[in-house]
Amino acid sequence: MMLNGAQIVIEVLAEQGVDIIFGYPGGAVLNIYDELFDNQHRIRHILTSHEQGAAHAADGYSRATGKTGVVLATSGPGATNLVTGIATAFMDSIPMVAITGNVNTDSIGKDCFQEVYTVGITLPITKHNFVVRDVTKLADTLREAFRIAKTGRPGPVLVDIPKDITVARCEFYPQKTVEVENVYVPDDQQLNTVAEAINNSERPLLYYGGGVISSGAYKQILDLIKRGNIPAIHSVMGKGVMAYDDPMNLGMIGMHGSVAAMLAVKKTDLLIAVGARFSDRTANNGENFVNNAKIIQIDIDDCEINKNIPVDHSLIGDVKKVLESLLPKIETKKRTLWMEEIADIKKQDYTPTETEDKLKPHQIIEDMYQLCPEKLIVTTDVGQHQMWAAQYCKSKRPRSFLTSAGLGAMGFGYGAAIGAKLGCPDHTVVHITGDGSFHMNMNGVPTAVTYKLPIITIVLNNNALGMVRQLQKVYCKSRFSSTLLQKQTDYVKLADAFGALGFRVETPKEFKAALKEALKSNKSCIIECPIDCEEQVLPMMPAGATVEDIIIE
Amino acid sequence: MKRYILSVLVQNNPGVLARVASLFGRRGYNIDSLTVSETNNPGISIITLTVTGDENILEQIIKQASKLEEVIKVHHIQEQHALSRELLLIKMKIDSETRTSLREISEIYEAKIVDLAPASMIIELTGTTQNIDAFLGIMKDFTIIEMCRTGVTALEKDSSKI
Repeated sequence: MMLNGAQIVIEVLAEQGVDIIFGYPGGAVLNIYDELFDNQHRIRHILTSHEQGAAHAADGYSRATGKTGVVLATSGPGATNLVTGIATAFMDSIPMVAITGNVNTDSIGKDCFQEVYTVGITLPITKHNFVVRDVTKLADTLREAFRIAKTGRPGPVLVDIPKDITVARCEFYPQKTVEVENVYVPDDQQLNTVAEAINNSERPLLYYGGGVISSGAYKQILDLIKRGNIPAIHSVMGKGVMAYDDPMNLGMIGMHGSVAAMLAVKKTDLLIAVGARFSDRTANNGENFVNNAKIIQIDIDDCEINKNIPVDHSLIGDVKKVLESLLPKIETKKRTLWMEEIADIKKQDYTPTETEDKLKPHQIIEDMYQLCPEKLIVTTDVGQHQMWAAQYCKSKRPRSFLTSAGLGAMGFGYGAAIGAKLGCPDHTVVHITGDGSFHMNMNGVPTAVTYKLPIITIVLNNNALGMVRQLQKVYCKSRFSSTLLQKQTDYVKLADAFGALGFRVETPKEFKAALKEALKSNKSCIIECPIDCEEQVLPMMPAGATVEDIIIE
Repeated sequence: MKRYILSVLVQNNPGVLARVASLFGRRGYNIDSLTVSETNNPGISIITLTVTGDENILEQIIKQASKLEEVIKVHHIQEQHALSRELLLIKMKIDSETRTSLREISEIYEAKIVDLAPASMIIELTGTTQNIDAFLGIMKDFTIIEMCRTGVTALEKDSSKI
């Protein structure tokens, strides 16, 4: 059938199984939006307040569901506003397709109204990007974008479509989508070497990350842990793969990781990294990360091997498939001594103090878990609250803790919550944020209100940019440069003005009451929780430090 | 630190050079020279680049470049089994005295004098990087008006192909 470019965009999206997109209209995408108008029954469009929020929503949708998120924006500022959202997805390997409009092909390069070189700007933050200059190539380019976003290590792909291409017509041939499979598995010899190293190890330690979630290797990871009696630590991206209370779960590793995780890393004789990349916030003392231990790395991306930390053995491939081939070679072992040591290590973990009359971050988060239903997705912004959430959220399932880990983008949480709620409507979605992050993208609230999304925002308000303030305390002799926020925001009135429900609570008791009401209300809610600005994220391992230098008070 | 020569086969699409160059900038690798040309297949171009670094950097460069969608193959050229060439064009200031000397030196290096004007001449030399460096070392005793060199292009000697 003969279709114009805009119609082709819709047809390919439908062909790829996309039923929801996030975006913001504009001149260059006028025709695409015109087609969306006719196709509302096939593709739901969520209009945000700002393109950044749309990108984070597409990202959050993808993190929560595992499907590829799609965001649509106009040329120029529409495209530049996507940049933070695309970079967030890129750093955390989240599959996303961003579609941007641009000026007519014959106007490109003439500094037209709302023209930027989108492909140039997004080149280093996408897996790949395209400009479509010929309508006959549009359908295949979009299909290719979806393929690239999902294949191998996932990531964002951008397709820039000049306006005239959306008008131009050509013959469209529908195609069935083929599920992309990552088939490559290491050969038997490589698997044997690694299996032997694991079988011979007395104190093996598993370290897993987001790769386990992208490949869906939850069962395989748990099998490996059980079969070999191998305790596990995880990066912030790996949160939720193991239940928080699993005795083999030693918690998160990194700058604000658990003491147990850090001690275990120092004691292991074999670290098995699975779908994790030894980022600087994880292995923050670089090559001294382990003490004379051998390291195995299993990852889909060859580039990660030896990038940050030199490793002894590596297996390249989809971690689920690799683990499936590796598991039969792993001997069942008791490792009694190591288990005793692990039990001892776990006792040394940091426990914060409880109070009745004052709001403490860890208590707020723990109470939240107690009151919320099992089907819960938590999103965060970036800063102290993010680390508290990572430390105290009792996640039991993968894809239930969504955070901007690699890029560390403040303002991620609300958009992500919108995407998560739309992707998983039967889940309760809680957005944990700080007063700093909340002010960045609070424009997400009216979006949630418009679409009747009962997202509960918990603002840990310490009247400060707490994480930077904490760094200033440690590194800048408590010279708090520009980190005290003297905002006079009344969160209750603000919520009211946006059409949401607002609460301000002072004690744990009040918090629980407010949260119960919020859960019952089925409305978008904001709960302001004032906390002391002296609250620190503990433990803290300064960059380059070792486990002896760990700060716990 | 060592010099490595890499041949990168890429799809001949607009902007592909920018992608390869951007990768090097993004990852902080230093490109010493870079040449792009067509191959016998019009759909494929070849980028030859020389980089300085250690084995780890080389490993990362090869892997990261291979990951780019439009890169077909990255090949590390082993210099001892390869022919590598650069082209130099150099414009020298001359007078009656230096003209003869420059002619003699050019003859020794098998360089060609391709243009002669009353006060200048242009010399062309094709050779290995070392060859050109040596020739330039001598030219520095005279007055160089301007010069440019193409950077390395290289092929391995055996009958296989990348």
